[in-house]
Amino acid sequence: MIGQYVADGVVTGATLALGAIGLTLTYNILRFANFAHGELLTFGAYFALLFAGAFAGAQTFGTLSFGAGFVLATAGAALATALVALALDRFLFRPLRKSEIAVTLVIASFGASLMLRNVVVFVWGPEPEYYSRAISIASEIVPGVRLTSDELFVVALTAVLMLALHLFLARTRLGKAMRAVSDDPALALVAGIDVQRVIRATWIIGGALAAIAGVLFGLTVQVLPDMGATLILSMFAAAILGGVGSIYGAVLGGLLIGVAQSTSVAWIGPAYKPGVAFVLMLLALMFFPRGLLGEKR
Amino acid sequence: MSTAALEVRELVAGYTPEVDILKGIALEVAEGEIVTVLGPNGAGKSTLIKAIAGLVAVRSGAVRLFGDEIAGVEPHRMVRRGLAYVPQTRNVFARLSVEENLEMGAIARRDSAAVAHDLERVYALFPRLAERREQSAGTLSGGERQMVAVGRALMAGPRVLMLDEPSAALSPHLTNLVFAKVREVRTSGVTILMVEQNATAALAISDRGYVLADGRERISGEARELLANPEVGALYLGVRRGLAA
Repeated sequence: MIGQYVADGVVTGATLALGAIGLTLTYNILRFANFAHGELLTFGAYFALLFAGAFAGAQTFGTLSFGAGFVLATAGAALATALVALALDRFLFRPLRKSEIAVTLVIASFGASLMLRNVVVFVWGPEPEYYSRAISIASEIVPGVRLTSDELFVVALTAVLMLALHLFLARTRLGKAMRAVSDDPALALVAGIDVQRVIRATWIIGGALAAIAGVLFGLTVQVLPDMGATLILSMFAAAILGGVGSIYGAVLGGLLIGVAQSTSVAWIGPAYKPGVAFVLMLLALMFFPRGLLGEKR
Repeated sequence: MSTAALEVRELVAGYTPEVDILKGIALEVAEGEIVTVLGPNGAGKSTLIKAIAGLVAVRSGAVRLFGDEIAGVEPHRMVRRGLAYVPQTRNVFARLSVEENLEMGAIARRDSAAVAHDLERVYALFPRLAERREQSAGTLSGGERQMVAVGRALMAGPRVLMLDEPSAALSPHLTNLVFAKVREVRTSGVTILMVEQNATAALAISDRGYVLADGRERISGEARELLANPEVGALYLGVRRGLAA
């Protein structure tokens, strides 16, 4: 039985991890905790729902619940969400970055979060939506652990995206420039780095990853206007537990929190799931203030 | 008269709108020269270099790089125009490797063959950095960081290099080493403007110098003259007998 809880936790954890990667990236480079990141997940999920409508009834891949059309819809959702993130930065965060008060951006992101959530309710309504009404059959992966093909896909895609982002940051010119801006924005400017361009790139990548996380959550759970708001605190907990700025840390944090929440159900019941994430985050802050894989300053 | 590499005319600048730190300063650096700016704390030395680099708002006056007006140009575009700047502190990307720091200096360049050539030149100038190319810059000693910072600036392929107190917090031995490297950089055709507290060591490798006081240039002249000038020694250098003794 415990094996099944762990496996379910890994699936939830993979979604959390993907969201937390985007969060840790924007936190590290733009230097503020963006509470509207959750709504980027929500927007991504709804954009995919919107675009997938164009491919209704299309062929699906093997035992997965979706086909090529849905993959295209997800790519479109990632792009559209990146544009939402860019617009947020251009019209809300960029004018406020000049402020001397560090918390201004955080509070503004709270406001943006509420506003975006209500836009979703206004456009799509408060009822949950599903990408597919078909029943997916979970098959036995190892004795006592059953997962659907979609759930396996979620875990595999998160692993691929984590590796791709790592290679991007370690090997490419833009990736290195992003790390340089994160390290010291003032010096980056002096070195000749176009910091505004790097900030835009950060929003595009962070927004696209959030959108994909939202789609994956929608695929394995459901699409809801407050899905991002529900997940944001767990994503923060994942990013902090793993070490802010560390991509692998965000993934590790996401998986740990996913598994801890899922297995806690066996002992203390599902009502306390969110609390588990915070206990872990508090423990991390007390004993590993830089997180498990955080870099030294 | 040939065009100066760097020319500053009647420059007024400051951090806040009410307070001018630079009050109409003028200076000139000819191509291939090493010029040092001296002065007591608060004279505006760092502000001058930051205003030229585009980091402090210029209120009036002119800054010309090989005859082109550059006041008001965004800081990251200065590098493309051939003006590189090494800040006094926080001048390396601590979490990037030595080699990545150097690559960041060349971020605006597209000529990858020339960049690779310049990277080898920087490693030839600072062999220590070649040994540590994979190490993150934050783990280096003060002298090595200074080398990374200068190397990063050189990777932009600058025509004019500005250094803000390159000897700050370095031992006398390392100071001499850094200054020897600065001279070596000049032989490759780079014009150098530096701000220094360590007047005797800096003037020893400079062609000319300026002494600032209260946001203006007070005394200027050949480096040798300044070293011997008792007024300079008494007022600004803290040297009692000068170098001529």
